[in-house]
Amino acid sequence: MGLLNKHGVFERHSLILTIGILITVSIGGLIQMAPLFYMENTIEKVEGMRPYTPLEVAGRNIYLREGCYVCHSQMVRPLRDEVERYGHYSLAAESMYDHPFQWGSKRTGPDLARVGGKYSDEWHVDHLIDPRALVPESIMPPYAFLAEKSLDFRNIQDDLKALRAVGVPYTDEMIENASMDLRAQVDPDIYFDEQDALVARYTEASGREGTVQIRDFDQDPDRITEMDALVAYLQMTGTLVDFSTYEAEDLMNAR
Amino acid sequence: MVSAFLCVFAVLAILIAGNAADNLMGVHALLFFSAIIAWLVGIALWAGKLGDRNPFDETQYEDTLVKFGVAAAMFWGLAGLLVGVLIACQLTWPNLFYVEELGWTNFGRLRPLHTSAVIFAFGGNVLLATSFYVVQRTTRARLFGGMWPWFVFWGYQLFIVIAATGYLMGITQSKEYAEPEWYADLWLTIVWVAYLIIFLGTLWKRKEPHIYVANWFYLSFIVTIAMLHIVNNLSLPVSLGSSKSYQLFAGVQDALTQWWYGHNAVGFFLTTGFLAIMYYFIPKRVDRPVYSYRLSIVHFWSLIFIYIWAGPHHLHYTALPQWAQTLGMTFSIMLWMPSWGGMINGVMTLSGAWDKLRTDPVVRMMVVSLAFYGMSTFEGPLMSVRAVNSLSHYTEWGIGHVHSGALGWVGFISFGALYCLTQWLYKRKSLYSMALVEWHFWLATIGIVFYIVSMWFAGIMEGLMWRAYNDFGFLEYSFVETVEAKHISYIIRMVGGLLYLSGAVIMSYNLIRTAMGHERINQPADATPVSKPPAAAELQPAE
Repeated sequence: MGLLNKHGVFERHSLILTIGILITVSIGGLIQMAPLFYMENTIEKVEGMRPYTPLEVAGRNIYLREGCYVCHSQMVRPLRDEVERYGHYSLAAESMYDHPFQWGSKRTGPDLARVGGKYSDEWHVDHLIDPRALVPESIMPPYAFLAEKSLDFRNIQDDLKALRAVGVPYTDEMIENASMDLRAQVDPDIYFDEQDALVARYTEASGREGTVQIRDFDQDPDRITEMDALVAYLQMTGTLVDFSTYEAEDLMNAR
Repeated sequence: MVSAFLCVFAVLAILIAGNAADNLMGVHALLFFSAIIAWLVGIALWAGKLGDRNPFDETQYEDTLVKFGVAAAMFWGLAGLLVGVLIACQLTWPNLFYVEELGWTNFGRLRPLHTSAVIFAFGGNVLLATSFYVVQRTTRARLFGGMWPWFVFWGYQLFIVIAATGYLMGITQSKEYAEPEWYADLWLTIVWVAYLIIFLGTLWKRKEPHIYVANWFYLSFIVTIAMLHIVNNLSLPVSLGSSKSYQLFAGVQDALTQWWYGHNAVGFFLTTGFLAIMYYFIPKRVDRPVYSYRLSIVHFWSLIFIYIWAGPHHLHYTALPQWAQTLGMTFSIMLWMPSWGGMINGVMTLSGAWDKLRTDPVVRMMVVSLAFYGMSTFEGPLMSVRAVNSLSHYTEWGIGHVHSGALGWVGFISFGALYCLTQWLYKRKSLYSMALVEWHFWLATIGIVFYIVSMWFAGIMEGLMWRAYNDFGFLEYSFVETVEAKHISYIIRMVGGLLYLSGAVIMSYNLIRTAMGHERINQPADATPVSKPPAAAELQPAE
């Protein structure tokens, strides 16, 4: 075959071979990935999404650190059983501030995309401390140490700054008050005035009332623990979008 | 030159240690610093002992490095498999294998340790060792760059140590198979570029007019992994003294980038790299030319072109736009053809030497690896069909699929290469014991069968249970009932893993005895070893 004989060019010139490889392996990725960054209907238009509060960011970082994504997905597929088991199917908009995404790839445990508000704080704390005390058949590791460990939020302001730099719309005000906002969300009795400011800031960003939950999540009033942060994150997960305003049939949402 | 380069990094590390924003970063910077100091001392001691000997004699192949690579692969392989068995036990007997006081040994931190250890530490060292061996033999030239290949080897080991200790301390960017944080990623990028230059440099020095097919595959592996690694790890560190970074992309874009990376880590790390091993070691071991030169050209270009598209099949029914899912599925199905083309090219290389399948267990191991390759590259396209995927996704079926490829294909072809390399590098007439290779082969094969069958069973069962409805139109099972139902499968899976690990232990013993020059007197009569010493580059495909 004539064409195959010309292959000698690649076999005799390593640079031509390298360039050939580079071009060949670039095509697929470019065609699939590039449009997602400019096509407007990639992410649905919904109401309610807001940047995560500093406490939720800290909690999310614990979620990442402990490798929760290894066993828990955060992506409800539009299949009948999943919607009935977990709730409304996940939208692209719901992870638009997730750097990185946490969709997961395996459900050794159940999906967590809509775990927010499903259980009480007490349940989460008890379950994280000893999963088998609440669910005897569970195979989840125990996370008792989270309740013992004080949350280190020395760098929370830098965290928010970095997140803003990669595209999360934090305002100057949110960044300036990051540390106080974190404390106010978990210690409402001490930071009474600050909690109003926190709610105002994040409600404005969300455009929707009631997305900021303020309380002592681990029921340990003496200090702010990693448990506080993780439970705060879990209780927020999947609750931001106002689904009464989401129109699945809208052409702009057809993907 | 290498030393000066290392000094720069030592200074950088100590600067970062001084400005560490969190304790973890301080620990890592100091670890990095001490490793580089130890490295420099090592170089100095080595140089002092050299005397008049020229360590970079152009008339000699650089084989010492390959020996180190074989040893490192053996070591990390055992470590990675051991962690695998441990986490399988954790899922089976959570009350026994989780220790409340040792949060860092929880499944969430150990699983990335397992996957990275077997893929990047074991697989990576196999690829380093074999590529350095093969490129020298097929170009009839010594490795390019004097000391730099050693930089790549030790730099890669340092990356592994940084990554592994990081997982245990909780340093992760939580992207599967790309968990190491920004500074480890940067270090790996430097090591990888050096690797590419050494590989290309050796090709430039070649005394053969043609570049042998195995080298095309190695080259595409090195080039493409560099591209995937850089794009998927684009992230912004919180500060230069912080071990934490945030990904540049978010949500749906990040998801597609991740699985473009994730699937092609399989495609270009675990497939093209190991196909290069197939294209050199199988012809060499059975002493036959590659079955079809034309098929290898078609195989090569179609495989690398199609593979890169397949990533979105990991995101079926998610919030990824459907056009992207459909593209991913279409190309995944097309991928079946080049995959089987390669398998056929490898298996048919035995034409005229089929008897070796019976007499040489090392050959059998490599051919069975191709059988597993064929099986999992058929299963993959099947699972990428949306309807099948709606059942198989998120279940143990995926785990079973990965392991039939990883244990069967990558593991077996690697073991075959390690047996060949040890025998050839130490110029032994035969391996220490062919009977032990038989034991390894059968233990590992039975282990894989236990593993994948139990995972098929568990995966399909839980997939069906999740979607089961009762007569009243309600979901039949709660989630935890599906967890409970997998207990027996988990036990069988653990046994399978243990068998596979025992096989690897036997191999290590066999390789060490072979390297020491021992040989068992009463070899089985039919185990005729291939004793031919490897000559250079005689396997050029006919023009």
